Amino acid sequence: MTETILRIRNLRTYFFTRRGTVKAVDGIDFDLLKSKCLCLVGESGCGKTVTALSILGLIDSPPGRIVGGEIYYNNLNLLECPPDQLRRIRGKEIAMVFQDAQSALNPVFTIGNQIVEQVKLHLGATTREAKEKALSLLEEVGIPTPEKVANYYPHQLSGGMRQRAMIAMSLSCDPQILIADEPTTAVDVTVKAQILDIFNQLKNTRQMSLLFITHDLGIVSEIGDRILVMYGGRVAEAATVSGLLNNPKHPYTASLIRCLPDITQVKDRLETIPGTVPSLIDPPGGCLFHPRCDKALAICREETPPPFIVAEGHTVFCHLYSHLER
Amino acid sequence: MLNHKLLEVENLKKYYLITGGLLARQVGEVKAVDGVSFYIKEGETLGLAGESGCGKSTLGRIILRLEEPTEGEIIYQGINITRLGKKELRRLRKQIQIIFQDPQSSLDPRMTVNQSIGEALLIHGMKDEKERAKRVVEILERVGLEAQHAWCYPHEFSSGQRQRIGIGRALAVNPKLIIADEPVSALDVSIQAQILNLMLDLQTEFGLAYLFIAHDLSVIRQISHRVAIMYLGKIVELAEKGEIFQNPLHPYTEALLSAIPNIRQRKKARILLPGSVPSPLNPPAGCRFHTRCHRVLPICDKEEPPLKDVGEGHLVACHLY
Repeated sequence: MTETILRIRNLRTYFFTRRGTVKAVDGIDFDLLKSKCLCLVGESGCGKTVTALSILGLIDSPPGRIVGGEIYYNNLNLLECPPDQLRRIRGKEIAMVFQDAQSALNPVFTIGNQIVEQVKLHLGATTREAKEKALSLLEEVGIPTPEKVANYYPHQLSGGMRQRAMIAMSLSCDPQILIADEPTTAVDVTVKAQILDIFNQLKNTRQMSLLFITHDLGIVSEIGDRILVMYGGRVAEAATVSGLLNNPKHPYTASLIRCLPDITQVKDRLETIPGTVPSLIDPPGGCLFHPRCDKALAICREETPPPFIVAEGHTVFCHLYSHLER
Repeated sequence: MLNHKLLEVENLKKYYLITGGLLARQVGEVKAVDGVSFYIKEGETLGLAGESGCGKSTLGRIILRLEEPTEGEIIYQGINITRLGKKELRRLRKQIQIIFQDPQSSLDPRMTVNQSIGEALLIHGMKDEKERAKRVVEILERVGLEAQHAWCYPHEFSSGQRQRIGIGRALAVNPKLIIADEPVSALDVSIQAQILNLMLDLQTEFGLAYLFIAHDLSVIRQISHRVAIMYLGKIVELAEKGEIFQNPLHPYTEALLSAIPNIRQRKKARILLPGSVPSPLNPPAGCRFHTRCHRVLPICDKEEPPLKDVGEGHLVACHLY
């Protein structure tokens, strides 16, 4: 049994706006295991990014606030952590890679400088040690000429190179957990394949845990061990990647898979999910998916579905499985 | 299937000059589109795929004459439109319309949907306001929205609905050809499928031809009849859809296809291309792809391969064939 490195229980992050309370994340649970990759999947606005920001304590307050739940890193509840202790963990033990490397890197410092700064701050290294570390990191993420690239400013690099530089930076303090928020969305297909390979290697060589946020099930199939499908700030289904892709149980997951265009065959028409993602200010009652669900029962309008276990390690939040054990 | 060629482009080139220094002298040029030829038949979809910076959007804009080509001819229904004047150009644009990637920024935030679509109708000669309003409602219903939406502003819609408005606006003037520049890449998968289906329905109903520009090959496969692959300003392969996906000839096409993560076929062998796309400012000599190619020959860095037919309309620009 691998150990759990990050345990999230009943996390609720709300945003209090003038138009009402947005329940961006509304009671989610999951475990991230050591040197495994967990993928958070869902459409825009389902709460994937807010979950990641909550873990790192980066929710802007106001308007946002974590109103309840627990986030355990090893056995430390990050939500009860004093700010200076959290600052030592964030970036050092839990690091993050953002979608848009262009805006996440500082445009007025060279790549090398930005890595050196972080290494000196968190690890207390000398400038010379930090520089050596920076070069070896750039090499590790597949940058061909690290000495040159370290002296470049972010705008001098291509999108793929910039994304690598940011991954190198996030690795600079040997984090236990790397949170990657759509790291391949802004890059081209061929570069995407290269970057996914880097993540796969890192997971194996560094024994690092990866929390990978994406909307692309194709990527999940390449990189993930477990997957958590989110809808409207809640979990819809959680399973192993192969379990979920081969045998999706939640009607939402099943439709998501069916409406993907398939590169290996052409269908006359793609299946669609009618309607759009619900408003989180005034969400529908009961199961959030019921207005778009073709299998909705009477109970779906009334009650929020509890988790049902359909197979080992495969949980689904859907009333269709109410005959099964909770 | 109609065999009539609706649009034909020949040896189209677009170079952007780079000037610098005190006297703004020319210091270089970016060859965004460098000698592209193809045709689109009536009622047909030509998918145009490639990585960012390969010139696919520029190509779309040149056909609409939103950019002036440096060289080459654009022939629409047998008429050369490369050097049409302003007035004639306006008439032409009734026939050729465009849908943009980001419906948020392509709709005026201070105009209602009625005004946005109505403006297109007014410009193209529908003077009567009541008639315009009627037509707007007709279009909205056709693209899956409702009559009351005519009085809403863009911010009141979701991105999928906004893309429907963008399609409606293009459709309003009864065009024959629509240039769709990454119309679904900003949308969620469930919405993407809705928009693709809508575009397929409209094609059957109105006999539209599409030039469908996208970087996502599975989307291209779903909607296109023929597919062209671009790399650094040139078409490297062009063939019927079935051909290109089952029998890709150009090493770049092969690599592109193998790089796509597929949930139905996990852990397959992948061709990993080294490096990234070279700068179009200074493209490699010979075949532009030779710096990243996994099947490179000695001749590749010396001579540029022409785009030639290797049978049944399958065009490929590669020294291997």
